[in-house]
Amino acid sequence: MDTLPVTEVDTDRISWLTWLAAARAWLFLGILFVAFEVWAQLVYRTTFLFNPFNVQSIAVFAVAPLLLALGQTLVIISGGIDLSVGFTMGFAAVVFAHCVNGTLDALGVFGSLLVGIIVALVASIVPGLINGLLIARLKVPPFIGTLGMYGVARGIAFLLAGGTTVPVRNSILAGLGNGSLFGFPIIVLVTIIIVAVMHFVLLQSRYGQHVYAIGGSRQASLRAGINVERNTIVLYVLSAVCAAIGGILYTARFSAGAAQAGEPLLLDSIAAVVIGGASLFGGSGTIIGTVIGALIIAVIQYGLVFVNVEPFWQFVAVGVVIVISVLVDQSQKRLGGGKVDEE
Amino acid sequence: MRSSPILEVRDLSKRFGGVHALEKVSLDLYGGEVLALAGDNGAGKSTLIKTISGVHKPDEGIISYDGKPVTFENPQQARDHGIETIYQDLALADNLDVGANVFLGREVMKRILGLPAVDRKRMRAEAADTLKVLDIRINRLDLPLRSLSGGQRQAVAIGRAIHWKAKVLIMDEPTAALGVPEQRKVKALVRSLKQSGVGVIFISHNLVDIFEVCDRIIVLRRGIIAGERSISNTNPDEIVRLMVGG
Repeated sequence: MDTLPVTEVDTDRISWLTWLAAARAWLFLGILFVAFEVWAQLVYRTTFLFNPFNVQSIAVFAVAPLLLALGQTLVIISGGIDLSVGFTMGFAAVVFAHCVNGTLDALGVFGSLLVGIIVALVASIVPGLINGLLIARLKVPPFIGTLGMYGVARGIAFLLAGGTTVPVRNSILAGLGNGSLFGFPIIVLVTIIIVAVMHFVLLQSRYGQHVYAIGGSRQASLRAGINVERNTIVLYVLSAVCAAIGGILYTARFSAGAAQAGEPLLLDSIAAVVIGGASLFGGSGTIIGTVIGALIIAVIQYGLVFVNVEPFWQFVAVGVVIVISVLVDQSQKRLGGGKVDEE
Repeated sequence: MRSSPILEVRDLSKRFGGVHALEKVSLDLYGGEVLALAGDNGAGKSTLIKTISGVHKPDEGIISYDGKPVTFENPQQARDHGIETIYQDLALADNLDVGANVFLGREVMKRILGLPAVDRKRMRAEAADTLKVLDIRINRLDLPLRSLSGGQRQAVAIGRAIHWKAKVLIMDEPTAALGVPEQRKVKALVRSLKQSGVGVIFISHNLVDIFEVCDRIIVLRRGIIAGERSISNTNPDEIVRLMVGG
């Protein structure tokens, strides 16, 4: 009987290209560190990387865009996109600030904080659920559905905030937002825990496996009996909850909730996911990649300020990194004998 | 003589609005048999297999599986009974490996620190065992399917159906998108399925393929059965006449 031929593609060539593509985010990060170190040494006779303050600042810098990017990673892997995360973060920040202030007298410093966290997280489920229902049940394209929510969440966040920032008077909160535990900023530790949870969900759970399957082939997932609709709704809720955690940490850090807290972070979050190796067409991406992607953006932003370059260059640099990163991905698929979109 | 048929379809009718897609169609399928379904575009082949596999519900008629009448609310129920369908587009997730595809929607789980986790290693190993039974060799089971050839992907789709103990396998144009050497391999796979006792419904436009692998042929024309022949007692000319109604 005939047997099928073994894979004809050159596996040696694939393996180093795949390796390069998989490692590209790490390489970028390494190159950036080295470049800024050399720059700082030559021009300012000081160190960039070996200064714990710098490393810590970069980590703190990366927290908010990373939290938005975590949920976004899963959404993008499934073939969708969530444009509403920035204002869901602002909405949650404002809700959180109001709750903490409003319940301070009744529940005390600690109780009000706890209630605020719960209410903000639960409130963020609403925009996530609406996104999910629009996309999964009413078949609204994710770009449009979440763009609508971008507007709605933005408006409601500003209305709730009365058009200004909402200062929070809570002594514990300020401590959480700016304090350290074992030398690590608390908000960074919280983010690390959430990263670990999301990493496990995506890589190890059946749910995560189905997210990849839906992004790879929606049709195949449906025929395999995967509940694509429910899975998709959960994705957007998860994305909104991650954004809300970002909003809570923002409020903790600045002792104020602001509707515009996440406004500049939406594109950073998408950039982090793409730099981290995800394809906007769905089906690929990892949480670790996204973490590296978010760090790359933070290093560029912080590093350019550190070496005293006009801050506007950071937009140029992040843009260039995004494009290079996608080019590497494309060339890997082309040479690897895989399917590439028709020209 | 052979035992009773594994799949019996009696007087199946299906209408879409005023269109009679199927009109009193009956067929029997035995284990270890390859039954060809032929017909021009719009003859009702695809409606027939979708009705058997639970995508459509029949307006009239009875489907019996293993001697018992069955109704399927959805394809999952048909699959749970052992009726697997391999569509032309294969319904594979190209970004996942062979193991993940064979177990798609029915993942094997293990525990990591008490938490349920997908057991990729075991799924890969079990998928490899199934493929080995079918004499399919794929040297890198950890690569995503997009790096495999068309024939290998077809083989994975067949492997998935077999892994779940399909007794009836419906194949929609399995050789359509393949090069000649790979078509030959897929046909070899169909023969080995037949030997293992699976009943195969083989839908094809290609009469050469049909005459090569099938035992019987049913020709559909405008929703009715235009004729049924044993492959050994017919020839391509007669089949074409049945198809076009000459």
